Amino acid sequence: MSAQTGSAAQASRAQPVRYGSMSRSRRWALRWSYFFLVLFAAFFLLPPFYMLITSLKTSAEISAATNPWWVFSPTLENYIELLTTDQYLVFFRNSALVSLIVVTLTMVISVPAAFALSRMKFWGSATLATGVFLTYLVPETLLFIPLFKIFAEVRNLTGIELINNWWVLLILYPTLTVPFCTWIMIGYFASIPKELDEAALIDGATWMQTLTKIFIPVALPGLIAATIFAFTVSWAQFLYPLAFTTSTDQLVLPVGIVTTLIKGDVFNWGQIMTGALLGAAPPLVIYAFLMDYYIAGLTAGATKG
Amino acid sequence: MAEVSLHKVVKRYEGVEAVRGIDLTIGDKEFVVLVGPSGCGKSTTLRMIAGLEEITDGAIQIDGTVVNDVPPKDRDIAMVFQNYALYPHMTVSENMSFGLRLKRFPKDEIRRRVDEAARILNIEDLLERKPRQLSGGQRQRVAMGRAIVRNPKVFLFDEPLSNLDAKLRVQMRTEIKRVHQQVPVTTVYVTHDQVEAMTLADRVVVMNDGVIEQVGAPNELYHSPRTRFVAGFIGSPSMNFLRCKLDREGEDLMVRLADGVALTLPAESRERYREHVGRELVLGLRPEHLTETRPPRNGEVVAPFPAVPDVVEPMGMDTLVYFRVGREEVCARMDPSANPRVGEPITLAANLARMHLLDPGSGLVLGTRPTG
Repeated sequence: MSAQTGSAAQASRAQPVRYGSMSRSRRWALRWSYFFLVLFAAFFLLPPFYMLITSLKTSAEISAATNPWWVFSPTLENYIELLTTDQYLVFFRNSALVSLIVVTLTMVISVPAAFALSRMKFWGSATLATGVFLTYLVPETLLFIPLFKIFAEVRNLTGIELINNWWVLLILYPTLTVPFCTWIMIGYFASIPKELDEAALIDGATWMQTLTKIFIPVALPGLIAATIFAFTVSWAQFLYPLAFTTSTDQLVLPVGIVTTLIKGDVFNWGQIMTGALLGAAPPLVIYAFLMDYYIAGLTAGATKG
Repeated sequence: MAEVSLHKVVKRYEGVEAVRGIDLTIGDKEFVVLVGPSGCGKSTTLRMIAGLEEITDGAIQIDGTVVNDVPPKDRDIAMVFQNYALYPHMTVSENMSFGLRLKRFPKDEIRRRVDEAARILNIEDLLERKPRQLSGGQRQRVAMGRAIVRNPKVFLFDEPLSNLDAKLRVQMRTEIKRVHQQVPVTTVYVTHDQVEAMTLADRVVVMNDGVIEQVGAPNELYHSPRTRFVAGFIGSPSMNFLRCKLDREGEDLMVRLADGVALTLPAESRERYREHVGRELVLGLRPEHLTETRPPRNGEVVAPFPAVPDVVEPMGMDTLVYFRVGREEVCARMDPSANPRVGEPITLAANLARMHLLDPGSGLVLGTRPTG
């Protein structure tokens, strides 16, 4: 207690006394924020750090009873092995293809959908907007069995084999991304003043021109947020590919790592960690690249008149 | 050349009538202001002219053509919004030229029109800026510029000055009037500010509760209001309304107020009010016609009016004095040199040539023809 008052007194000497109590409460707020920030950072960064450590170890060192938080003889063996086998590169290619196409599909569907739902007041548009969001609330764990059944029926009826093809994910993932992205974009579009599209309407713009020339540029931060979301969901999706793809050449990264690097009860920890780490890199790069733009867009939007 | 006319125009939202069958003709190059309290239907009327709201019933004509089912872009109108509605991601010049670019005007024509509008509005230096780099007044100019470059048949203004601070509002008001003199286009302007309406308009349309109360030149509305609503809405501070009884005393007509104050009507207004003798009426008298006692100017007929000030508000140019007659508060506008003090009885002069008598039931001003 005395230490506190002592430091407060010091601080009030050092700074103008006018806002003494304000700065004291502010300083405590800062201390607590730093405490929790460090706590959370440690909590979230320890697993990737452990992955990095482990990926640099040989299998022998992983199973040895040494300090698990230190690498005694670092090696790139895991990386070389993984990146020179075709299998891992195939997973990577499948993941990248699926994610990029799904993101594009999602945007092509949800942006016009959100525009229509938020601006073209047609009969039932409000109900439909809520319906879109409710769709998102149905978890995929509930859907994969009925979907599997539907796909089997489709094969029986048409002869088209949907199961065990990587491209079937292009149909599955949008069921997760489109509703949520539509919902995000409805929110962003709703924040655009009504007068802006009325002005465009009077200026002679069609609905399509209003969307492409006014709404998309103005709601760019929202568009980027939705893109990031769609990409993350597609890249990290586990259950659907696990259920719907089985051949090694059809697998995406998360499933591929788990199914090929765990053989029976043998866990190839070094490669699993390497694979996971490399797999986590693309979203990280995209976040880092788009985040600046995202925040810049946010602040620009905040001051618009 | 464009005349705008409304015939029995009705707007109904889910059973509520926002506009209740209005008739109005706006002449070519005329500046008409729709004024009234919020919810009176003035903005709805403007938005129906713009094509942003559908017309429930009746017809709107622009330049002789019924436009009920014509989309906004084909009505050849331009609109200035209260919140400017500038496209935030475009520069000033892109904002102004957006409509022309959509219509695929030639580049040099666009350039010429934008430069011309920028010159009129004095925003030549701002053409490359984004809206967020502009002040409120500058944004409003750009919004007007966007309307001017279109060279439309009709200008529509929806409370364009409401988002500006008081000083800028007065400045922009003058600016709008100047622009209309330079670019004379049929203009419909909506505001809730009666000062804006009076200063800008060729004709003012006073609306209340979905109907037009009165249409007239600013001075006409001020001097000869037809209803209590118009009398109270136009002028600031607003007209005093006092309950009174009209009595005859020999040849003279007198209005007796609650406190026993009796005012003798001027001889020339006797004829107008004779049929109402003995009735309970409402006396309408503007604060500027209730002043300190001074020698009457030509034509003035003044009656002494005793008062004990409750509140005194010096305004610089004149001093507002509030006092009570019975339960009703009355405002008088005095010369500051009269130096009224709270609680000290004074005698005011009521200029009865300028007073109005109103029917308390219908709210109509007696001796005028009701609208419609």
